Amino acid sequence: MNTLFDKLWDSHTIEHLPGGVDLLQVDRHLMHELTGVEAVRVLERRGLAVDSPALTFATVDHVISTAPGRRAGDEDWSTQMVDAMRGQMAHHAIPIFDIGKTGKQGIVHVIGPELGLSLPGTSIVCADSHTCTHGAMGALAFGIGSTEVVHVLATQTIRQKRPKTMRVRFNGRLRDGVSAKDMILYLIGRLSAAGGTGHAIEYAGDAVEALSMEGRLTLCNLSIELGAKFGLVAPDETTFAYLRGKPYSPQGAKFDEALADWKALASENGALFDREEMVDASAIGAQVTWGTSPEHVISVDDVIPDPAALDDEPRRNAAQSALDYMGVHAGQHLDELSVDRVFIGSCTNSRIEDLRTAAHIVEGQHVAGSVTAWVVPGSLSVARQAEQEGLDDIFRSAGFEWREPGCSMCVGANGDVVGRGERCVSTSNRNFVGRQGPGARTHLASPAVAAASALAGHIAAPASVAREAGA
Amino acid sequence: MKAVTTITGPAAPLLRDNVDTDLIIRIERISQLVRGQLGPYLLETLRYQGNGPESGARSDFVLNQPAFRDACTLLGGKNFGCGSSREMAVWALEEAGIRCVIAPSFGDIFYNNCLQNGLLPVRLNAAAIQRIADASCEGANVEVDLRQLEIRTPGIKAISFDFDAAQQQALLEGLDEIDQTRRLASKIANFRQADMKARGWAYFA
Repeated sequence: MNTLFDKLWDSHTIEHLPGGVDLLQVDRHLMHELTGVEAVRVLERRGLAVDSPALTFATVDHVISTAPGRRAGDEDWSTQMVDAMRGQMAHHAIPIFDIGKTGKQGIVHVIGPELGLSLPGTSIVCADSHTCTHGAMGALAFGIGSTEVVHVLATQTIRQKRPKTMRVRFNGRLRDGVSAKDMILYLIGRLSAAGGTGHAIEYAGDAVEALSMEGRLTLCNLSIELGAKFGLVAPDETTFAYLRGKPYSPQGAKFDEALADWKALASENGALFDREEMVDASAIGAQVTWGTSPEHVISVDDVIPDPAALDDEPRRNAAQSALDYMGVHAGQHLDELSVDRVFIGSCTNSRIEDLRTAAHIVEGQHVAGSVTAWVVPGSLSVARQAEQEGLDDIFRSAGFEWREPGCSMCVGANGDVVGRGERCVSTSNRNFVGRQGPGARTHLASPAVAAASALAGHIAAPASVAREAGA
Repeated sequence: MKAVTTITGPAAPLLRDNVDTDLIIRIERISQLVRGQLGPYLLETLRYQGNGPESGARSDFVLNQPAFRDACTLLGGKNFGCGSSREMAVWALEEAGIRCVIAPSFGDIFYNNCLQNGLLPVRLNAAAIQRIADASCEGANVEVDLRQLEIRTPGIKAISFDFDAAQQQALLEGLDEIDQTRRLASKIANFRQADMKARGWAYFA
């Protein structure tokens, strides 16, 4: 009796190598400019060719400008990197999804699914840790390093040690205003940032099945923040409906052929996992991080915990440094913290559903005077959809800046950074020291909490959550 | 890849959990510098007063202390190298002279990146790491022997560690994975031929 993960892994295994390492076929190799340019240079220096350009897809997301009217980077170095990527991809006949009026550019983990490149039953790699996002489609998707990229370019295969398996069941129904982002942050808080290390995690249970495709992508996206390189959701009708008619999805008879294979992609009854966890979905409140690891997370109405309560010294050290860095103290309520910036975007929460949720909250209101608030859609296609629905106008009227797609302030690679000492409520994935810029203080949260905080000027729960808590 | 056998030198303790790769090397360094220029920027947020070496060293940071300036091993906390897949984190460590990291656990991608570059990642329980840290706190040499799978430092009994046998061999010999995989070309071709028949929908014919 096999797990979903076993089926995915076994169907891509070309050869068992010594030491539990397998040589795997790569179905989709996704590239972006930040890690791509240098890897292609190494490949070229070694005199190697790209093995399968037709299975390789590129975009520009990390250092590309997100300013309206952009053409490449905001600075010379970033423009050079974007142009180098364009030149390399043309030279090696690798399709690149670029900016422009009819362009399909976007964050690599947003465009893979929305273009129908990320399919159930495929293997997907990218030199980016958030490649686990694509596991939401029922794919074997994982992040790799630069040297591994050269290996994939040269051979369209990857050597990997088989991880252990874990299943996390979210049972029951989510409360109003609570989202996939809250589910995964809550889980990280419970299991720790290393809780999933060495594992491939399958998310299951009613609350997962009830999630939209966008929600599942958010859920799997933060698997790496739980330590797991792989996150998975078994494909079902939600997945199939999402993929039908996407530009790179199989079409016509090929779609039906694929569908027959995809329907077999589920963990069998009685399949054994190395570890199983259960979560009561109805117990999850809106989550916000207070520290510098995603495991430093509490419900928006809880108080910041005291590191002195931790008996493990390295853990206590990390928590104390986190308090100092964040300029917060044990026992503090989150709503006492005034906010300088709000960032709605990133491969975690920049899809159409995220923008709809945030727009619904800010519609007809205005961000607090002290707050600089940004919306950075995940892709040109998300941006176009949002503009069609008038969401861009809602955000602009509410005082948000509506920008062009890219990774932007999640990682600050293109120069979109939070200032030193500034506090930012961000829908991204990492609250690490300096992640959003040197000295930046990041509080991770859902789009709903980010939108509510922008309006309030301090960390705040959206009204729907507050109502439920009061009821 | 260069071969690894034994690494000998001071072992700097950085005993806190979740040291992430953003902290190890900042994003603007990896986007604006190239391999070979990263060493001075290793852990710069902890190491310097402000931005980069020009801003002055922080004397309280372990790698700035005389005993550990020439450290070639780093003693870490749980989940060392978590977060971003940036291989530049490994390159920055390497360029700053660190050739081995000993920690209770590692980020999975970081661990693979270490193996790809011949930087030795040793998993060891926190109590044993603490013993090494205590015994070498004046900067005494710590010897990490990949052949014997043993860590030796004056004043304490040798500590053995586990390491995957195939990975151990690859590091000892400095094997190149691309060369090895290219030798399997006919197996790859056979697999792909059958796979294209079985899963035609996954390819773009």
